[in-house]
Amino acid sequence: MLTVTTITLLVVMAMALSRAFVGPTVFDRILAANVFGTKTVLLIAVVGFLFGRPEFLDIALVYALINFIGVVGMLRLIEYLEEDKQSTEDGR
Amino acid sequence: MELLLDISLLSMLVATAIGIAVSRDLLAAVMLSSIYGLLSANFFVTMDAVDVAFTEASVGAGISPLLMFATLAIVGRFERYPHQRALPALLLVVLTGAMLILATLDIPAFGDPNAPAQTHVAPRFINESGTEIGIPNMVTSVLASYRGFDTFGEVTVVFAAVVGVLALLGSSLPAAGRKLPDTLLQASNHRILRIVSKILVAPIMLFALYVQFHGDYGPGGGFQAGVIFAAAIIIYTMLFGLEAAMKVINVTVLRVLAAFGVLLYGSVGLVAMLNGKNFLDYDALAADPVHGQHYGIIVIELGVGITVAAVMMLIYFAFAGRLIDRSHKS
Amino acid sequence: MSPLEIISAVLLAIGSFLVLSGAIGLLRFPDVYSRMHAAGITDTLGAVAILLGLMFLAGWTLVLAKLIMILLFLLLTGPTASHTLGKAAWKSGLQPLTDGREPAGDSGKGAE
Repeated sequence: MLTVTTITLLVVMAMALSRAFVGPTVFDRILAANVFGTKTVLLIAVVGFLFGRPEFLDIALVYALINFIGVVGMLRLIEYLEEDKQSTEDGR
Repeated sequence: MELLLDISLLSMLVATAIGIAVSRDLLAAVMLSSIYGLLSANFFVTMDAVDVAFTEASVGAGISPLLMFATLAIVGRFERYPHQRALPALLLVVLTGAMLILATLDIPAFGDPNAPAQTHVAPRFINESGTEIGIPNMVTSVLASYRGFDTFGEVTVVFAAVVGVLALLGSSLPAAGRKLPDTLLQASNHRILRIVSKILVAPIMLFALYVQFHGDYGPGGGFQAGVIFAAAIIIYTMLFGLEAAMKVINVTVLRVLAAFGVLLYGSVGLVAMLNGKNFLDYDALAADPVHGQHYGIIVIELGVGITVAAVMMLIYFAFAGRLIDRSHKS
Repeated sequence: MSPLEIISAVLLAIGSFLVLSGAIGLLRFPDVYSRMHAAGITDTLGAVAILLGLMFLAGWTLVLAKLIMILLFLLLTGPTASHTLGKAAWKSGLQPLTDGREPAGDSGKGAE
């Protein structure tokens, strides 16, 4: 079953990646990146069990934290850029 | 199974790299580069290089996209000039690539027992590190003790990088007493996000300390811990504003800490010299050489962690201060 | 197969199915909000199922504690990220797709 789960996760990662390429809006890309990150966490956890090396879980733990920080950073940047655009348009 | 994993991960990696090169939206490019970091860490895991994967996870997928986002906030999201079809550049890149591929033909196959990497120093590290250094994680033994001088160089490079950044952006570093009108940088309308992040900041810091001090036994060490710690502070700054962060963190102290970590590392080497051994030979630190190695590794890892954390925070604060200066002027 | 392994296999199968269905939704649904709907929900539940499945394999070890921590982090961060994403998309002026309209993304501020 671990093998099946690994293959499924790989397929899902590829699908999320193609959504990140296609877009069309920037939010689609962020969504895809978020899904990709979660799947990476799961993949590392599952692969750790598959290869009998459960100490891989430390890395999965790091991803679970880092992924969230990355998504928040992206969102804040977009908000900042839009507010910035609006304020410069008002100034004109 | 391993072959399938490698093939699919590497083909996704190639696709991501092409996507980064083609994309004209810089935001999408940065995002794809963070996916690139995740992917490369993934195949480091399948190759059993857990410590490298850890570094790639925290640096490649974590902190460098954050710093690039801060850059994009300053320079804008799209390339200002249209792409030029530069044939010479393409030619040069193809030529370099072809030469690199040619060079890989001479590299021994992955895991080849007769490869020079496997026959010279690796057997010594694998067979003797248990008795000489006495810690379970062989990578940490090599990184912090056998190759302690190289790591010292790396920390100095990190320190030199922040000196460079501060030489360019140092004037925009937020000072403690300065008024910071940063409504732009505060996410006061994101209530749920703020609360969840507030809950998460403390566990992230705790996890950074675990990574710092557990590096002898599992994957991790000073570099990763410093980056994770800085990430916790950065997420706080992103959501609560620079002014709130300045109440917790003093930039002057950060500058001192960035230098202090390197000095701590170097002074361990000096202490070893004063005790009559070579520079950074931790055997000299205690009566029992194995104990000396333990002390040495813990102290130098701490030095690395302090420097890396302080440097990452300083760079981010310099960028954020620059952002405020800019919105102030316009 | 021991009972624990059977439970774990079932949970892993459920998780794989959920994750895959979410990815299909992410790829096939017409606009950003419905994609968020597909991905956000299955992401959380699928991750819970897979991690629970791994927990049954781990037994009473440190590995179990780490799995629980990953699960807690994912439960906290996943829905929060989805919520914030939806809010940011709405604030940027992106309209959800309703019947007979052009898909969002071809026009509007969020588009490239």
